[in-house]
Amino acid sequence: MTDDILRMRGITKTFPGVKALQDVNLSVRRGEIHAICGENGAGKSTLMKVLSGVYPHGSYEGEIFFEGDPCRFADIRDSEHRGIVIIHQELALCPQLSIAENIFLGNEQATRGLIDWNRTNHEAGELLSRVGLRENPVSLISDIGVGKQQLVEIAKALSKRVRLLILDEPTAALNDEDSAHLLDLLRGLRDEGITSVIISHKLNEVIDIADSITILRDGRTIERLDMVTDQVTEGRIISGMVGRALENRFPPHEPNIGEEALRIEDWTVHSPAQRGRVVVSNASLTLRKGEIVGLAGLMGAGRTELAMSVFGRTYGTDISGRIYKDGRQIEIRTVQDAIRHGIAYATEDRKRYGLNLIEDIKRNISAAALPKLARRGWVNDNEEHKVAEGFRESMNIKAPSVLSVTGKLSGGNQQKVVLSKWIFTDADVLILDEPTRGIDVGAKYEIYSIINRLADDGKAILVISSELPELLGLCDRIYALSAGRITGEVPREEATQEGLMQYMTKGQDEIR
Amino acid sequence: MSSSTSSTAAGAAPTGQEPPPPREPGRSSWLSFNVRQSGIYVAFALIVVLFAFLTKGALLQPQNISNIIVQNSYILILAIGMILIIIAGHIDLSVGSVVAVTGAIAAVLMVNYGVPWPLALVITLIAGGLIGAWQGFWIAYYGIPAFIVTLAGMLLFRALTLTVLGNQGIGPFPDAVRTLSNGFTDGYLGNIGLGPLGGADLFSLLLGLVAVAGMAASQWRSRKARQGYRQSVDPLPIFLLRIAAAAAVILAVVVQLARFKNLPWVLILLAVLVLGYSLLTSRAVFGRRIYAIGGNLQAALLSGIKVKSVVFWIFVNMGVLSALAGIIFAGRLNQAGPTAGNSFELDAIAAAFIGGAAVQGGVGKVVGAVTGGLIMGVINNGMSLVGAPSERVMLVKGAVLLAAVAFDVWTKRRAAAATR
Repeated sequence: MTDDILRMRGITKTFPGVKALQDVNLSVRRGEIHAICGENGAGKSTLMKVLSGVYPHGSYEGEIFFEGDPCRFADIRDSEHRGIVIIHQELALCPQLSIAENIFLGNEQATRGLIDWNRTNHEAGELLSRVGLRENPVSLISDIGVGKQQLVEIAKALSKRVRLLILDEPTAALNDEDSAHLLDLLRGLRDEGITSVIISHKLNEVIDIADSITILRDGRTIERLDMVTDQVTEGRIISGMVGRALENRFPPHEPNIGEEALRIEDWTVHSPAQRGRVVVSNASLTLRKGEIVGLAGLMGAGRTELAMSVFGRTYGTDISGRIYKDGRQIEIRTVQDAIRHGIAYATEDRKRYGLNLIEDIKRNISAAALPKLARRGWVNDNEEHKVAEGFRESMNIKAPSVLSVTGKLSGGNQQKVVLSKWIFTDADVLILDEPTRGIDVGAKYEIYSIINRLADDGKAILVISSELPELLGLCDRIYALSAGRITGEVPREEATQEGLMQYMTKGQDEIR
Repeated sequence: MSSSTSSTAAGAAPTGQEPPPPREPGRSSWLSFNVRQSGIYVAFALIVVLFAFLTKGALLQPQNISNIIVQNSYILILAIGMILIIIAGHIDLSVGSVVAVTGAIAAVLMVNYGVPWPLALVITLIAGGLIGAWQGFWIAYYGIPAFIVTLAGMLLFRALTLTVLGNQGIGPFPDAVRTLSNGFTDGYLGNIGLGPLGGADLFSLLLGLVAVAGMAASQWRSRKARQGYRQSVDPLPIFLLRIAAAAAVILAVVVQLARFKNLPWVLILLAVLVLGYSLLTSRAVFGRRIYAIGGNLQAALLSGIKVKSVVFWIFVNMGVLSALAGIIFAGRLNQAGPTAGNSFELDAIAAAFIGGAAVQGGVGKVVGAVTGGLIMGVINNGMSLVGAPSERVMLVKGAVLLAAVAFDVWTKRRAAAATR
């Protein structure tokens, strides 16, 4: 039997309405670098949250063995105590504290309750040199770049005597040089006996660094590959990640495509957080009436950023480019402008950005077009009720009444409320960001039917999705976005998952 | 662990069906829903009954009812403005100081400069609006948290008051202003005998009857309209019972007041404000925006709601209402003093939260806030009637505030647990 530092067996994790993980197995050998690959939503992060105790024992089914012992973590402290440290994609550092303070956050170097600053800074310095970061331990986190912050996170993990280091998309926000340094560091740590699990979309990196790979898809383990014996290539991983057959998951649809509805030209957007970072670069795309257009891209490719920057500049700074609606150039400076020009954007995060969860269905549906229901500033309550009732029927929103609070609805029904809200604004261009995220299979079919119906009504639709089969099954044409650039445009007939995935991973290195 | 809703989902053929939504389970949830909505009114009724009992009926004597209304009128006016701000997810700590400075402005205008009172009143209200605009600008357009801006305002406007007044009060106010604060409607139509209750003012009684009739008619019309739109309405007996109960309470108060000195003018003013602001919050586009902003700021922004402008105007509104309260308070004392309005902000905020506002915003009702204010008023009044020392009154008020918010948090947590 091989020497496994970690074995997870039969992990099943259910959220209301969705099975996020189903009978997942993961084994990691001692002293290796193990990669977990899968599309967005395949369950990678959920699995890591189960492992690290974010989802405590009892909230999932299955068993975890760490160094041969069964583990029942109640929280993150528990798992860290055993030497399992997870570094999330969004770094968990306090920007206004020093490097040393961050490294020993929650683990302060104190004598009798008083922090020993000399020891803190000295030991922080040693850890920094271990991770190859030449910075003064008393510098503030906010004064160093993301790449260095990543290294601070690793130094922090080392301070906790890490035995299994988990990195979620560690290089997503890094440039090439920083990425290379980070990967070198992981190799160095491997030589010191620290096992790493790395979640990454960058397949070239995975091939570069991993000793073995587990591929997840739709919340299930697909396979475990050994880099040496299985002769793994990028194509091999991609086919594992996307390899499910397209069943009868999409309603049939005969498109009836008309004139151009929206054209975006040379759209460039800069990050508001990091000065000078280009998030969307010279993107141009066209939507036609009655057409469902897909936008494919990996996490961090700039899909949502592109959509939101178009939708009233709700994301980004220093935005340049032109927007044409029905052939005429328009200016969209605010959300009100966008709505007035008939553009709608349904967010990828319904709960945070889409719905007022403490309010009822009726008032959520009317929220973006309330003046339509009002005369001289006074809302006609009954008319509003009628409109909402109409949507409840036509969209098949399953709720006792339109007075039900949206926070209590299932994901699918919440999404129908969001769609109703935007349809009620009389938008003729709808940008739907991850319209089926967190929705189970049956409700997805309904959402697809609604999208088809909207296209039949002559609306132009842009669907942003991480699920390639969804784009292939739904869209008439698909754009691929990689590192902020449109890297491909494929009509439905020619689109394959493998082909799209190549566009989506294309030129990430050249562009940076 | 997994809820029953999820078991059918995975693996099943995509038939276009989705597991049924979490049902509102029959009776128990209906009951708890109602408790959350009407708990405040039940609590108010219980407190009134309790103190009526403890004071051996003195609480409900005509003169005392009148006192409760007049003594709390300015807090209730502030609570109306405050609830809008709290629904939007903000707070205003400056209202006490704004009451003081606007009272001082009114006094300087009327007393020192002899400006006719209607003009002075309008100028003072405008001044209140400008103060609100000042704070609204920093909060809405500059992005400073309301807590900080209004904390600064609390100091600034108190300082301004002291600058204007020095260490002394300015008074007396013209009769008209004092009447508004303290006075009663005249017995325009003379008295009428009410048998064992003695004589009562006919005009007040008629006004009460008109109010009840108007309330009943508008409820009936709205019910008919809802039926016309095929919406579900309460069963007729329950509807009638509710109307009858409300009518009984209104008439009981009016009769008691009519037996004393007729209707206080501030009561009429308050009734108009409550009615107006209730309509604003429930029916006006502007009012509905406030709930949207407080419920989910991000969603409101992405729905094209002009958040900054709405926030700005609710602070302007708060300034105007503070000025109104400032005039009434000064008129009641018959002088504008440097310490006027001390800690009024706390009473107004407490009224809003006792009245069912949520700490995170997005929830609250004007009537609730006014009821919350009345609860505190009744506690104040009842305890002083039984001779309780003021520190004990404070203790009870603090406990009531904490209990009210704890209850709110508890019901919410239970509701959340039920959907897990």
